[in-house]
Amino acid sequence: MKIVTADPKGVEAGPHFMDGDHAIAEGGLAAGCRFFAGYPITPSTETAERFAERAPEVGALFIQMEDEIASIAALIGGAWGGQKVMTVTSGPGFSLMMENIGLAVMTETPMVIANVQRGGPSTGLPTLTAQQDMMQARFGSHGDYNIIALSPDSPQECFDLTVEAFNLAEIYRVPVFIMTDETVGHMHEKVVIPPADQIKVVERNLYQGNRDNFRPYAFNSRGDNPMTRAGDGYRFHITGLTHNERGYPVMNSEQNRILLTHLIEKINGNAEQIIRLDEDQIDGAEVIVVSYGITSRIAVKAIQDARQKGIKVGSLRLITVWPFCEKRIRELSKQVKAFVVPEINYGQMVREVERCAAGQCKVVSVNHCGGAVHDPQVILKAIEESCQ
Amino acid sequence: MNENVQIENAMTGMLRLERMPHIWCPGCGIGSVVTSFAEAIKRSKIDQDKLAVVSGIGCSGRVAGYMNFDSIHATHGRAIPVATGLKLANPEMKVVVFSGDGDLISIGGNHFIHAARRNMDLVVICVNNFTYGMTGGQVTPTTPTTANASTTPYGNYEYPFNLPFLADACGATYVARWTSLHSRNVTQSIEEAFQRRGFSFIEVITPCTTLYLRRNRLGDGVDALQYYQNNAVLQHGIDTRLTAIELQGKIIVGKFVDREKPTYLDALNKCNAKLIGDDYQLYGKTDPEKKAEAEKKAAESGAAAP
Repeated sequence: MKIVTADPKGVEAGPHFMDGDHAIAEGGLAAGCRFFAGYPITPSTETAERFAERAPEVGALFIQMEDEIASIAALIGGAWGGQKVMTVTSGPGFSLMMENIGLAVMTETPMVIANVQRGGPSTGLPTLTAQQDMMQARFGSHGDYNIIALSPDSPQECFDLTVEAFNLAEIYRVPVFIMTDETVGHMHEKVVIPPADQIKVVERNLYQGNRDNFRPYAFNSRGDNPMTRAGDGYRFHITGLTHNERGYPVMNSEQNRILLTHLIEKINGNAEQIIRLDEDQIDGAEVIVVSYGITSRIAVKAIQDARQKGIKVGSLRLITVWPFCEKRIRELSKQVKAFVVPEINYGQMVREVERCAAGQCKVVSVNHCGGAVHDPQVILKAIEESCQ
Repeated sequence: MNENVQIENAMTGMLRLERMPHIWCPGCGIGSVVTSFAEAIKRSKIDQDKLAVVSGIGCSGRVAGYMNFDSIHATHGRAIPVATGLKLANPEMKVVVFSGDGDLISIGGNHFIHAARRNMDLVVICVNNFTYGMTGGQVTPTTPTTANASTTPYGNYEYPFNLPFLADACGATYVARWTSLHSRNVTQSIEEAFQRRGFSFIEVITPCTTLYLRRNRLGDGVDALQYYQNNAVLQHGIDTRLTAIELQGKIIVGKFVDREKPTYLDALNKCNAKLIGDDYQLYGKTDPEKKAEAEKKAAESGAAAP
């Protein structure tokens, strides 16, 4: 893989007072994204607006498509046209994107999709926060597959993780999701954008061999496989059908096994390299709060209060939500009395924690139906009860 | 000598021969349109490495997989937005959308009207056989009223779209219709579309022998061509409102629309040039970059001079 420093053209270096949505757009531009196709939807629209405003001076393309289906379809065309591509959306738009997320997975097309989550189902709470699409990000398109999803807890992380999302998308040739939420999306905080020479960017690995040996795919369960782009003379063919490494359809069970194994294992097999966690006072903890996104910011207060009461509480913040940190939860489940999992949904990621804890310790879900963040007291109460 | 004849047919270099045989039925019109397409590519002498074919799903959707160019077989109905993305990401590409009536006009109808509205620089070839062939002969938005389809077993009671009128009304800058009998005209229209810029729409009426013709007791592929021969009426430049198709009625063919209008990218570049400077270029260098380069060059040559 070729790592370079960011193109200064896209980097608005310096300290900013910026919301999470804008930081996502800046992260994309810093990572070398020059192609944004999107459709307005609250509470994500500010990302599109920021990109549209910045596009001319950076020489980037912004297009408002007719809907979210068209937006993600355009990303697939854009990526195979040679660009780094991104879009942003929220619940209803995310649902509309699902079919073509499958096509992006199937054609191993790198892209970044930010979902600024709002309360659902359906139109739900357009202007209010939630974390209800966590399972949809992983399983929302039909068929078996794997993706990567990151969850920023601040506008600063919206910037940082968007850059990282682009790098992961390039390495693993997979859609990477920024699973943020309305609160972080609309929260204004200090965001420091580093100078371009301090931002590491993974360049697209373009195939450069001879035409006869060209394959758009390599089913080797690894990352860093070369891609190509239209116009380079390799005459690629990509399809949503089950296909061989040449990209041609092959309709049988064995080929589907080969293809699916690659699509799933290129993420699972590299989970240790992909997963980033933020751990605090894990050693000797009786209880560990597992949280992500805005909820981890709320949990801080509950954790502080619990510590003052003498409870040994650790914090495990999921920066990478998918692939899930199975190994770490398994290890820790043997050391603690309980995991406490607050999230702004009826209990989604907690299922993963339960699965990996496999009965070794208690797992307490602190759910919230959305529209607001948790009251820290509720999390504190769960911590207290869980260690009794 | 025979060998040479074989090598030099219209399909040489155009098809992914390793993917033959194709899936189309005997008597199907898609192959004729593909041959016309290949001939147009050859004649127009465009750079074949800079040609991309995007299809959706269905019988005509398989064209992308058979043509020997950069090609994308997209999801059902999404050929146009995928092609839009490809064109905008890589403006030097000539992007052709080759798909069917169900794919482009039913599930993909919204994308069709918006790409035409934007005057997106695409060549859209719609093989219109009035039916969903691959899924077994269901009604489409172009099936003539009273025609029989597997989901209108007692006759179609809906009103069909008239595609040239639809394309025209949405802002397409080139609109033509032919039948698969008119292979030379199809070739010529595609060639013309290659030479111009903007949203070009070419509808080709084709027979679906296995489903549409059989269900409606209209004979086989030859009977369909005979029908086209007897009922196609050439009317270049006719008002597209007058080109509707009725079951086994006259089919008005010809070039209906050919007008100049800035494309989406023309309009975008013009807007941004006003903002950034005349030498603005999408994905190109910015003025400060060019200035810095010029200064660096000047400094280097200055340093080298003494």
